[in-house]
Amino acid sequence: MAKRSVRMAKWVVSGPPLVYLLVFFAIPALIMVLASFRSPGEFGGLAPLVDEAGKLDINLDSYVRFVTETVYLQVFIKSAWYAALTTLICLLLAYPLATLIAKSPRKYRDLLLLLVILPFWSNFLIRVYAWMIILGPNAALARLVNGALAWFGVEPVPLLFSAFAVLVCLVYVHLPFMVLPLYANLEKHDQALLDAAQDLGANGWQRFWRITFPLSLPGVYAGAALVFIPALGIFAIPDILGGPNDTLIGNLIKQQFLETRDWPFGSVLSIVLTVAALALAGIAAWVGRRGGGATARA
Amino acid sequence: MALLDIEGVTRRFGSFAAVDNVTLAVQAGEFFTLLGPSGCGKTTLLRMIAGFDLPDGGRILLNGEDLAGQPPESRPVRTVFQNYALFPHMTVEGNVAFPLQMARVSAGERPARIAAALEDVRLIGFERRYPHELSGGQKQRVAIARALVTHPTMLLLDEPLAALDAKLREELQIELINLQKEVGIAFVYVTHDQTEALALSHRIAVMNQGRVEQLDEPSKIYGFPRTKFVADFIGQCNLFSGPVTANDAGSVTLDVAGIGPVRVATAAPVAVGSPGTIALRPEKIRIAAGAPLDSPDNHYSGTVADLLYMGDVTVYRVQTSGGSRIEALLANSQSGRAKFFEVGDAVEMSWHVDAGHFIAE
Repeated sequence: MAKRSVRMAKWVVSGPPLVYLLVFFAIPALIMVLASFRSPGEFGGLAPLVDEAGKLDINLDSYVRFVTETVYLQVFIKSAWYAALTTLICLLLAYPLATLIAKSPRKYRDLLLLLVILPFWSNFLIRVYAWMIILGPNAALARLVNGALAWFGVEPVPLLFSAFAVLVCLVYVHLPFMVLPLYANLEKHDQALLDAAQDLGANGWQRFWRITFPLSLPGVYAGAALVFIPALGIFAIPDILGGPNDTLIGNLIKQQFLETRDWPFGSVLSIVLTVAALALAGIAAWVGRRGGGATARA
Repeated sequence: MALLDIEGVTRRFGSFAAVDNVTLAVQAGEFFTLLGPSGCGKTTLLRMIAGFDLPDGGRILLNGEDLAGQPPESRPVRTVFQNYALFPHMTVEGNVAFPLQMARVSAGERPARIAAALEDVRLIGFERRYPHELSGGQKQRVAIARALVTHPTMLLLDEPLAALDAKLREELQIELINLQKEVGIAFVYVTHDQTEALALSHRIAVMNQGRVEQLDEPSKIYGFPRTKFVADFIGQCNLFSGPVTANDAGSVTLDVAGIGPVRVATAAPVAVGSPGTIALRPEKIRIAAGAPLDSPDNHYSGTVADLLYMGDVTVYRVQTSGGSRIEALLANSQSGRAKFFEVGDAVEMSWHVDAGHFIAE
């Protein structure tokens, strides 16, 4: 009896989110997979499943197009490169910040964490548009940079509508997602381990690379996944701040669905993006388990 | 010249002196213990030797050289921490290799050194284990091997057995004694456990409120406590205080409230009328029912107020007619015998004049 009621309680608790995920994630994903094997309709959407000649509309055309027209693969690689660069820069900026917060007196930590997530309190698009103003040609930053360049006799460069603007904003938007998991990890570190390392002859540099950094790897992997995966699929930032060469995979998918109205090809691009993200997350988890197995339990 | 000289070392936290003008010397090859209750300054003193804390006054000299300017990583001493502080992401081998790598010992030389250190602590075969796969005792052995592998001048141990259960603690105490003898490195051992200190040490410094109350061999600390604090802290002890009423050849008599005159042997010159205390161990008291005992020196009667059966011994708390309580202890050497007396029994107690120890105030 008790066993059955425990099982019941489990279903009652986990049922609603399961249903939610099924209806709003699993089924749409399945529809997308099915759509990727069909032809685009004449006026957008999908062509009829069975055409006038009675032929079933199932083909690999969109997949073939992705593989043969290298421009799409190039955009994909460029997106991965932007996302990787964003992740790396976020890591380099977030690590010292997370360390600082973790080492500051307990009463200030909550305040500092609040400051890290404060940008979330304003709208995402407003924050991206704010960068348009900050990086604009008449803003102080552009004047300063171009003034300095002119002093060296270099032609002025536009900051806005460039890869630079896209990267700056990508880092800005994703930084908190790197700081929070890193902080959660670093905050748990045992000072006694650093004391022991120092006692055993390790200087500050050695203590960081041999003790602190390896023990923080689970936090690094979590942060990297939280930054890399959304950065890979983003379209708003390159749309608003990027130049003509800053079209990323996210923009391409958006174009296929909203402008070109080629749903099958858009689906293919989405599937490739999802598979790539899953594969990377899987690799990160595998590396994390191999390298940080003992760490995670510590 | 001693191996380690601590000269007038003081460490203050605000107005509180955690370590207050401590001077002591540790000899090469010695098992030296800092013993005291928590907050007595023993751990602060150890951290200053290791370099994690700096004295506000005084000097710490190792082989005659002032350690003041040296950070912990360059001091030739190693610490064994209370909670082991093993690196969780490294195997046993990795942990023991760490100090060798820091000391730039060549990769070719390391395996032999690691094997030797692990053999010292009887952990051969555990090289590939991670710390979370070890028991508490094994973890502590790894911590000791890791600290010894670079052959430090001195090993500092901060309550290394405190986290282990009683049985394992005793086993490791014996191992520590043998290990220290074998490697011949001076150990400075911090503990609040007086039986551990008595069992392990060549010499003990009993600390209280930042000061060294007594520095002596274990048997002297136990048998001849210099202060009331030492007598009370080390083992069980009856403390009889009162004014000195007589002083004749080699002994003094104190008038103890609730008990009466108590005579004790002492060589110290004591003036009649000055206050003093007699420290008397419970096991030195003879206790019997009814008939007076043969000892002529100190003889009292009372009733058993309560008793505490400890297995090997039973502790009797006897109320004297004057209202004082005296603790006496009898070994239960006869099998199946839990106690000799019941609560409420009238008993006679006596002890020799040289059974107690006189402490002048």
